[in-house]
Parts: sequence; C-alpha cells; structure tokens
Amino acid sequence: MSYLTRWQRPDLSVWPGFGRFFGLRNELDRLFEPLAEFARGSQLLRAWNPAIDLYEDKDNVTVKAELPGLKKEDIDVSLHDGVLSISGERKSEEKFENAETYRAERFVGRFQRPVTLPSPVSADKVQAQYKDGILTVTLPKTEEAKPKQIEVNVS
Amino acid sequence: MNSATQQPPQAQAQPDARPAGQYQNQNGPQQYVAPEIDIFETKDAYVLQAELPGVNKDGLEITVEDNELTIHGRRTDQPPTGAATTLWRESSRADYRRVFEIDPAIDTAKIDAKIDQGVLTLRLPKSEQVKPRKVTVSD
Repeated sequence: MSYLTRWQRPDLSVWPGFGRFFGLRNELDRLFEPLAEFARGSQLLRAWNPAIDLYEDKDNVTVKAELPGLKKEDIDVSLHDGVLSISGERKSEEKFENAETYRAERFVGRFQRPVTLPSPVSADKVQAQYKDGILTVTLPKTEEAKPKQIEVNVS
Repeated sequence: MNSATQQPPQAQAQPDARPAGQYQNQNGPQQYVAPEIDIFETKDAYVLQAELPGVNKDGLEITVEDNELTIHGRRTDQPPTGAATTLWRESSRADYRRVFEIDPAIDTAKIDAKIDQGVLTLRLPKSEQVKPRKVTVSD
C-alpha cells in the first residue's frame, strides 16, 4: 500500500510576505522553536494519518476516525475478513487554487487505514455516520460473539 | 471462542504530533492541541482554514482583540457511552486552540466564519484603506 505524500518545505515555518504584521504565535510561543519542529516529525515524508479510536462493549464494536473536511462520497468504508478498511481522499479546494498560499499544513491526498476488529461482527448491520468531521462506524457483534449468561441447573 | 487476531493493543497509540501545550483560563491550566491550518490570500481577503474534527458551531469560539485572533474549539463528540472499553485511542480529548497575530489592515468587523464537517473557514476581508476613526469623548 503506498501513500501519496505531499512535499512541504521544511523551512516553511516563518510567515513569508507580511513580515512583522502577519505572524503566528501561540500561548507558549513554542510553535517554531527547533524542538517543536522536531516533534512534528519530518514533513518530507509525512503521510495522512488520521487519528483512529477503537471501542468495544458487549453489543458493538465502534470505530471512530477523525476525517475533517471530506465529502461523504470521498470516504470509503469496507469490511472484509474481520478487518475494517477506511480510506478517503481530500482534494484541494478549487476556489482557492488561484489564491496565494501563505501556509499549508493540512494534508491533501489519499489515506487508507485497516483496523483489525476484536470480535466477529454482522456485516449487514454495520452503520457509518459522518458528523462534525468524525466518521463513526458501529459494528454490531454477531450473536455468537456476545457474552452469554449460562444458566446453571442444579439437579 | 475465537482467537484474537492481533496482539492486545495499547490503550494509547502513537502520540499526537501536533504542537500542544497548556493555556490558562479561569479554571486553571488547561491542555490544548493546535489545529492544522491553511492560509490563503485572495485579492480582497485572507482565508484561513482550520481542522477541528469533533467541533461544531456550538463548541467554537473565535475572538479578535488588538490584532490577535484566537480560535478555540471544544469537542462535542463523546466516546461511546455505557460500559464500552477503549481498545485503541489516537484522538485527543483536549480543546483546539491557536492564536494568530493578524495584519491590522484587516476589517475585523467583517470577519466571516463557517464550520462544516470539522473544518472552520474564516474569511478575513482586507480593509479598503485604514480609515481614520472618529473618537467620541464621553463625559
């Protein structure tokens, strides 16, 4: 599986153009210290790794993925052999293509992430919802996979 | 029972690589994470887009004070309720926060904000010119 990566100039941390008027600052003024740059990882080989959470209760397995700014048709969810595969593509917004870009941190391109499920699920009852940029996939467990209370008979 | 198809995962996977830190509010030090942003310039405005997954209109607070623009987003998504076990978590529960120093030639009264599927689009129009201001003196 290959990732489409976008090359971002490693030195693109200071604001070009406006000089002292258009700057970036955060509460701790740490954003552009060399240490902070390191913590972001190498921008050269950065791929899109959306945060994924996996939860389980007695009836369902739930997978949540942070995928802000996508359209429903650009998100693909499929299930095969106990592995949930989430993939998507973010395209750059056409209306800004002619604008000058001062800063570009958001990733543009494809991503794909498999999630191995901890329990068998009923494929035909899986539901996926996309709200506020978060994709929530609810996978009901099969009856056999649910915990069962076994009655003890005393004779 | 089926055998596990993977090693038991840790409850926390690789840490969020985005800059994060603490800021102060009335409740003391709070954790935050900086959202990723794009900034574009068109001929009559700047456009800033910030990724705030889990944030909608209700959790969003944008303030401009003295050429300082603060974007603060509170997540409104909750982990599944009930007796759910977290098997793997990469997302952060912290608020999103980022502060910018903006060009004084922006017409702050006409800043427009929209949020859709976790992406905030802020339009900051450039002023026609920096207009002279009439100051009323109160008694």
